[in-house]
Amino acid sequence: MKQVIKGNFAVAQGVRLCRVGVISAYPITPQTTIVEELSEICARGELDAKFIKVESEHSAMAAMVGSSTAGVRSFTATSSQGLLLMHEVLHWAAGARLPIVLSNVNRAVGPGWNIWADQTDSVSQRDTGWVQIYCESNQEVLDSVIMSYKLAEKILLPVMLTYDAFFLSHTSEIVDIPDIEDVDEFLPPYRPEFRLDVDNPRTFGGMIGPDCYYEERYVMHKDSLKVLEHYSDVCSEFHDKFGREYDIAEEYRTDDAELIIVTAGTITSVTRIVVDKLREQGKSVGMMKLRMFRPVPVERWLKVLGTVPKVVVVDRNISAGLGGVFANEVQAVLYNSETRPVIYPVVVGLGGRDVTPDDVEGIINYALENDKPKDVPLFWGLKQ
Amino acid sequence: MKQTFKRPKALVDIPFHFCPGCHHGIIHRLVAECIDFYGLREKTIGVASVGCSVFLYDYFNADVVEAPHGRAAAVATGVKRASPDNFVFTYQGDGDLAAIGTAEIIHAANRGERITVIFVNNTVFGMTGGQMAPTTMSGQETTTTPFGRDLETNGFPIKMSELLTELPGSTFVARAAVNNPKNLMKAKKLLKRAFEVQTNGEGFSFVEFLSACPTNWKMTPKQATERVQEEMIPYFPLGVFKGGQE
Repeated sequence: MKQVIKGNFAVAQGVRLCRVGVISAYPITPQTTIVEELSEICARGELDAKFIKVESEHSAMAAMVGSSTAGVRSFTATSSQGLLLMHEVLHWAAGARLPIVLSNVNRAVGPGWNIWADQTDSVSQRDTGWVQIYCESNQEVLDSVIMSYKLAEKILLPVMLTYDAFFLSHTSEIVDIPDIEDVDEFLPPYRPEFRLDVDNPRTFGGMIGPDCYYEERYVMHKDSLKVLEHYSDVCSEFHDKFGREYDIAEEYRTDDAELIIVTAGTITSVTRIVVDKLREQGKSVGMMKLRMFRPVPVERWLKVLGTVPKVVVVDRNISAGLGGVFANEVQAVLYNSETRPVIYPVVVGLGGRDVTPDDVEGIINYALENDKPKDVPLFWGLKQ
Repeated sequence: MKQTFKRPKALVDIPFHFCPGCHHGIIHRLVAECIDFYGLREKTIGVASVGCSVFLYDYFNADVVEAPHGRAAAVATGVKRASPDNFVFTYQGDGDLAAIGTAEIIHAANRGERITVIFVNNTVFGMTGGQMAPTTMSGQETTTTPFGRDLETNGFPIKMSELLTELPGSTFVARAAVNNPKNLMKAKKLLKRAFEVQTNGEGFSFVEFLSACPTNWKMTPKQATERVQEEMIPYFPLGVFKGGQE
């Protein structure tokens, strides 16, 4: 059934379809309407979930650790400062190998206070062990909730799916909402091998010393890399069932490209338009959409970007003293390519500053016209 | 002609962003009047919180530092310890102080920090659009309690004043309302006493204000003010809990 809904409502629909058993909620703009809608969905009897109103995001994630360890499919949502407050427990959830799904509405980090789109909140959680997926449309947001549980419960790692504040969270688009029967077939009930069960007593999260912590982290790292293999299975199974697919790193018009621009989030949609326009002008440019950011799809990035002469990486995030995080990681991967592309890191749109087709076109032309980047990173459209 | 009523010097002459019928504006004014009364404007440092009170720095003609959500009492602790001669106050709503910031307020009070805390309780998360807060009344409908707050699953409306009264570190704890002129005059007296507790170096002072939120309660300003009297005051009784006479 097709409906015109906002990104936050698309998440709520995804959670309903996945028959999540426990939801924890703490309000923060621009996430709040996700949990409000879930509250309504529960109230209407469309989802039989325990809805816990906790006193902080730290507790929201801690409650997820409890409910997921008890063997129940669990969900929460947050943004910005809320995600940062969860940080300690994010590490815990991943270390405890709990398949929690969290949707984070990408919002700038204060101070100064800013509620608009910026990916610094989630990229700064890159070392927590969570799988990270960046979405471009409301349909992708809904579908990613369903795919995320499938992936999380297979590998036993939590998944954070993220999308831009307001550009998706509060913007309505046409979304095809799957039938719950089809989702049931795709995503069977969560039946973990290990869970809290007094008839089969176990201890979770106890102390382990230097003699085995190292190996435990090695296993977690290796399992995280398995997400890359399993993702293609999940993706093709999803495609068979629902007719839509989301490449781990989608290529757009990259054939014979002399320049590929790498984007994440809603800037991707803007960039598609610009790539089409520049192709019409005879410029051989393409795009790679960065969808999965953790684990890093190293082989895929190398395959797409490794032989192209120029790579532009657009970051709507900043690690002060380094630059854009995506650019840095793309650089790290491409260091091992045989013909290292020239990389043009560009920081744009922080704190919700609009990134227009003209901006993207200007960025691509800047890279086409210059043999080397002028600045690393280049701040595009900086006010003087 | 003698002018008997004017804007406090501690308030900047710009309109508040608050909704019609909200009590934040009145409470801001009372705080500003007290700052003027004690001549503290040049030595006041406010600590703003997150929620509808976030724009404190736009309205007060004083230094203001913004705190992360719930951390105002901890930030104020740092400010006061570093600058003991300044008058330091926090201004926090219930979604901030009584939810995400519960640990900070309890421990600031328990340490007897020489700060003054203005706590505005309107029984909802206001700025995010009226979700259930820990202070939400039994049966109260909010966007996250569409059938009303159920005590069985959501717990009880938390009484912060009573809680802080029990801590040996707190010096002055009171609850006030500004829903009518009589309560407003009493509130000002309590606030003055709270200021003096800090300026005299007596210790930690805390005044809880019951406040109307017509927008999120889906009421007219008049109905909301009546709700303060009829529903809130019976559960959240007014008066001094610790540290002085009314």
